[in-house]
Amino acid sequence: MIFIAILGMLAVTYVPRVIPVLLLSSKKLPQVLVRWLSYVPVAVLAAMLFPALLIPQGQADGQQIELGFDNIFLWAAIPTLLVVWKRRSFFGAVIVGMVVVAVARLVLGG
Amino acid sequence: MNLCLQSEAARRGWLKGVSRAIPIVLGYVPIGLAYGVLAQKAGLSALNTLLMSLLVYAGSAQLIAVGLFAGGASVLSVVLTAFVVNLRHLLFSAAVAPFLKHWRKIDLAVFAYELTDETFAVHAAHFASEGVPGRAEVFATNVTAQVSWIFGSALGVLLGNVIADVKPLGLDYALPAMFVALLVLQIQDRVQVAMALLAGALSVGLLLAGLEQWNVIVATVIVATVGVMVERWNKE
Repeated sequence: MIFIAILGMLAVTYVPRVIPVLLLSSKKLPQVLVRWLSYVPVAVLAAMLFPALLIPQGQADGQQIELGFDNIFLWAAIPTLLVVWKRRSFFGAVIVGMVVVAVARLVLGG
Repeated sequence: MNLCLQSEAARRGWLKGVSRAIPIVLGYVPIGLAYGVLAQKAGLSALNTLLMSLLVYAGSAQLIAVGLFAGGASVLSVVLTAFVVNLRHLLFSAAVAPFLKHWRKIDLAVFAYELTDETFAVHAAHFASEGVPGRAEVFATNVTAQVSWIFGSALGVLLGNVIADVKPLGLDYALPAMFVALLVLQIQDRVQVAMALLAGALSVGLLLAGLEQWNVIVATVIVATVGVMVERWNKE
């Protein structure tokens, strides 16, 4: 079953990667489509990020927004954001985020 | 002699391409490790875990997929989610297309296979500033990146049995932290900041309203459309 899912994922991952570069390397896109596409990365990333930070997984009482201090994911986003914003370091930010979460759990005993 | 010179140039190209991938490798090994460990916890076999890194090769989609597998999601919902999550590659692929006009279709097909957020970021910056280098150099960057991703995944598989819980190491934060970093690096102006906030709020709202799996793509389509409208409105 998982192997079938992997083949499915292969198809849906490769197609969006290959179609534009094959078809558009010789054509010019309409300007409005270029502008529309330019918002896609920002929108997709924010749409995936916000739920991950605001709605902690594994709640017995259904999904709800959690803004309390014990939502480590939310607060760890601040140092992560500062590192990537000020230092422009992608991987430094990822490592800092993971270390902050690890340390916070150690201290809070979560 | 000619052959000798050619191979020397190719070797130098490979070296340059590999060195350009070093920052990517530094990130892919730990994130791949997180993926490998989480895949083990989700009950994937070592073979399937590595096959996914070889065949799918999409960090965020793979991390999301193992999360869904752990929660007992169906094959269809895993594939649909991967589709939605990877739609952003359409834009990356469209953006590099003009630079690679002179490439053969077969080379483009191979290049696209290893087009990730990170390889795109590295190539797009390099193509724009210095032009497109030889194919060997471009492929060296891509292959190095993917090998490091598979290597990280394998480390995770090995450590998956040693590490009882990923939480004390913060490995489950690799993906949210990666989203924060990629998002900040993508944002270029105020309209994009506003669109990011709108997309995030819409996504959360749709999720709370019960629209699981679809919240990301619906929020994206709405926000990209609003973004274009705001742009036009600002110009007038």
